[in-house]
Amino acid sequence: MFIINCPFCGEREQSEFKAGGEAHILRPKQPTELSDDEWAEYLFMRKNIKGVQFERWNHAHGCRKWFNMVRDTSNDEIKAVYKMGEKPPLE
Amino acid sequence: MTKNLRIKTGKAIDETYRISFRFNGKTYYGFKGDTLSSALLANDVHLVGRSFKYHRPRGIMTAGSEEPNAIVQLHDKSARTEPNVRATEVEIYEGLEASSQNCWPSVNFDIGGINNFLSPLLPAGFYYKTFMWPASFWEKYEYFIRKSAGLGKSPTEADPDLYEHKYIHCDVLIIGSGISGIMAAKIAAKNGFKTLLVEEKPNLGGSTIYQNSDYFKINNQNSNSWLEKEINEIKKLKNLEIKTRTSVAAFHGYNFLLARENLTDHLPIEQRKDKTRHKLLKIRAKKVISATGSIERPMVFDNNDRPGILLSSAIKRYADFFGVACGEKNVLFTNNDSAYETATSLIQKGINIEAIIDNREQVDSKLVYEVEKNNIKIFKGYTVTDTFGYKRINRISIKQLSKDGQKVVGSRINLSCDCLGVSGGWTPAVHLFTQSGGKLKFRDEDQVFIPNTYPSDQLSIGSCNGDFTLDEILKNTPKSLKEFLDIKNTEYESLEIISSTNKSKRNIWLLPSDKVLGKTKSFVDYQNDATAKDIKLALREGFRSIEHVKRYTTTGMGTDQGKLGNMHALGIISETAGAKMGELGTTTFRPPYTPLTFGTIVGRNVGEYFDIFRKTPIHSWHEENKAEFENVGQWKRAWYYPKENENMHQAVQRESKAARESAGILDASTLGKIDIQGTDASEFLNRVYTNAWSKLAIGKCRYGLMLNEDGMVYDDGVTTRLGENHYIMTTTTGGAANVMGKLEDYLQTEWPELDVYLTSVTDHFATVSVCGPNSKKIVSEVIPDLDFSDESFPHMSFKNAKIGKINCRVMRISFTGEHSYEINIQANYGKSVWEKCMEAGKDYNITPYGTETMHLLRAEKGFIIVGQDTDATMTPIDLQMDWIVSKKKYDFIGKRSLYRSDTIREDRKQLVGLLTEDPNEVLEEGAQIVADVNKSPIEMLGHITSSYYSPNLKKSIALGVVRGGKNMMGHKLIIPMEKRNINVTVADPVFLDKENKRLNA
Repeated sequence: MFIINCPFCGEREQSEFKAGGEAHILRPKQPTELSDDEWAEYLFMRKNIKGVQFERWNHAHGCRKWFNMVRDTSNDEIKAVYKMGEKPPLE
Repeated sequence: MTKNLRIKTGKAIDETYRISFRFNGKTYYGFKGDTLSSALLANDVHLVGRSFKYHRPRGIMTAGSEEPNAIVQLHDKSARTEPNVRATEVEIYEGLEASSQNCWPSVNFDIGGINNFLSPLLPAGFYYKTFMWPASFWEKYEYFIRKSAGLGKSPTEADPDLYEHKYIHCDVLIIGSGISGIMAAKIAAKNGFKTLLVEEKPNLGGSTIYQNSDYFKINNQNSNSWLEKEINEIKKLKNLEIKTRTSVAAFHGYNFLLARENLTDHLPIEQRKDKTRHKLLKIRAKKVISATGSIERPMVFDNNDRPGILLSSAIKRYADFFGVACGEKNVLFTNNDSAYETATSLIQKGINIEAIIDNREQVDSKLVYEVEKNNIKIFKGYTVTDTFGYKRINRISIKQLSKDGQKVVGSRINLSCDCLGVSGGWTPAVHLFTQSGGKLKFRDEDQVFIPNTYPSDQLSIGSCNGDFTLDEILKNTPKSLKEFLDIKNTEYESLEIISSTNKSKRNIWLLPSDKVLGKTKSFVDYQNDATAKDIKLALREGFRSIEHVKRYTTTGMGTDQGKLGNMHALGIISETAGAKMGELGTTTFRPPYTPLTFGTIVGRNVGEYFDIFRKTPIHSWHEENKAEFENVGQWKRAWYYPKENENMHQAVQRESKAARESAGILDASTLGKIDIQGTDASEFLNRVYTNAWSKLAIGKCRYGLMLNEDGMVYDDGVTTRLGENHYIMTTTTGGAANVMGKLEDYLQTEWPELDVYLTSVTDHFATVSVCGPNSKKIVSEVIPDLDFSDESFPHMSFKNAKIGKINCRVMRISFTGEHSYEINIQANYGKSVWEKCMEAGKDYNITPYGTETMHLLRAEKGFIIVGQDTDATMTPIDLQMDWIVSKKKYDFIGKRSLYRSDTIREDRKQLVGLLTEDPNEVLEEGAQIVADVNKSPIEMLGHITSSYYSPNLKKSIALGVVRGGKNMMGHKLIIPMEKRNINVTVADPVFLDKENKRLNA
């Protein structure tokens, strides 16, 4: 169980958080103009990387804020946390 | 008369305190400080169990948590009974009752023992190979296999003990209190670290605490006295907390560890009342130091499992620590110096040693010379080839090893004995280290796996790090601690050390015999009866991965997780397959290190605390009025209110009729309520609901349907516009938290530009819903100042009102299809408003109804319940609710998905009404719907989602989803049941008052 440094509350136990899948997938502004394939790409396709992954997390049992996190899924090392709308601190 | 093998020098034993206990029904005596195994050995009892597969007699083998054989059941047939307990870990107390497992009728005469003679028929994978054909017979085989196997019996009564969970935060956690752990604790605590030291045994000091010999000295004192002084000193340190009888079960990432603190298992039963038995410690440590020690290896030779064969280190511990001789004619068998430490201990205590068999041809070690001086015969370059004695070893055969160690040569020598101590060297206890994600490396010179890379801020010291001699431990421990804790100096820099063991070792994984391997029983895993032969067979049959060999032969899969034999299994695989040990890797060590009780795992979360439940403010009224309750999400909701001897059906029929004929009252407080405010609130609702919200007038209510982005129905409910920028949304009872989470997600991540604020207010309001033709009369009596005329207060509108001085919100909305009102009032007034409505409704036979009646009434109207009539594969179009999907709105959540190639298929499952041919026949919810029962296989078209007998329509009604159902109006379909087929007709899902006359009446 890892410790997450919530950008609003500080370090808290993982059990206070909820994972929200891959980060930086923007909801299309004009969905009606997309083909079925383009919409399906947004709707279903996720990377699920073994290694460094950009993820969305929610401090569900805390401040309820969503934020982004860079995590190495192979060893759970958290490389960075940052607020929604901020640029990822590393590529 | 049993022999007494107690000698008067046991360190841990209080000989003034005698304790009686029972084993297999017979009374024995031991002393305070004894474990069950030491007390049994003192009474010359070695035979304690039968092996799992062959039912071979087995004895105590170790003195610690690695014990594979001496597994007992405690207090059989009582509520406190516990199976699979290691006799080596049970501290005896007055009244202890233990019994052998896995034997019937008794450990001395075990019918399953016949398996031993059938063993040529029971090779690895025997069960897989034999009982798979025909597959349908497995259930019959299984019954007999389970009966003859079985490890102990689970308790059948509720656990009378208390368990707790506790969080602990510390700077440094030290696991294990052997000499290196004690040194680490002192250094850490003295340097200002908040330190926790945990030890699985009841006492501190590991094996050094009884290393009382001239051959091991520190600063001119015997190592045990030196360590004892250290222990006395650390007990005074303020920064240090010490927990004994505490075994670390799991080492997770980020230095999160679980440990079980055992508080009462060593006490007589009558002293345990009201005390916590086990505490599960959830430890978060900044730094972790593993000083978990090492486990002595047995050796793999023919018949190496007889009672009376123990690890040499266990014989030493029993003699030095418990004052017990394991035998009167002892033979030691070794490939390294450790057995000579045991020998010097036995010599010191006057315990007879017949001979020592040493694999090594030449040994240059002080200890060995000392032992030789005592005229003990040492057979150098020899190996044990066989052992004899059924229930207790009485003789061994030995032979000389060839130069390469692959064969035996010369003639057989027989030696009689009653105890054989085996030492195959040491295996570092790296289980916790690898659990944490640590990677091992293989050290060739002594064939051990030791820690290599650490995944977190942690360190391994002492013999779990491969430092086996006193000398190495004392020199390396301070050095690595200084670096790890970033400190300049320790008090252990210039110790004078005498350490007499030599590191030489002759490691042979599978010792040769004069028999062919197929005729031997050389056990690798004692608990699961896996032999060297089984492992070789697995390799011959093509298994290569160590994980596969493990599962096929069950090596290492017992409750001891192969703490003794796994290395030999690896060694034999490596030799046979010609692979290097280091490349082969190890099997995965999984938590818990030693078994945990279920009580420890659940702690206080039992009974009513197992899962929390929520009660409405009106709950006590429902209880007083004999409601039956139903669980909805976390809520307890009134289900129905049986009168006199009514069953559920009768109660629901009565409630449903009353609600339509005069008046019904429902506690709707559990519905989720979300307060929505902000200048963009209307725009926000436009985006989350399928229908349009911008034009909803203040004071009006509207039903909304919420989809997932994939177009599937997610939730529904009525939302009311309270002001220009203020709405209150209701959600389903079970969906409230998820809807709130989803809305927050969109607001924070997709639409941060919207000025909208959400607050969950579910618990702030009680909701009383009054419905039926007389509802208006009743509610207007409760709120006399309000204008209830249809012109002023039509259906789907809202008014602020006051009951007495208390503000409330009244909505004229309906889930039953009847004229009805919902009064929302501050939660703590809920019950009083409910009672006022009951009083006002007396003359109208106002009838409280529960969720079951609510479901029936809404089904008559064809209103869906999300989660009952939908299952995350239903679009609004599938539900025949096209009317609620706005065509004009540019976008809303899920809109684009409503015309994906899959969602526009005509033959999707669609919601329809179903009427039975016989109006009294009520269908079963979940039953399949088909068109043709003669087709094979029968084609399933869908299933029933809701079904009731409607007292108002006087017929059975049902809702169901049917493939292409929308275009099947009037079609005849079949519900095939176990014994008969029921004929139904597809109908409109709205069964009652399609014109909504009753709503507006």
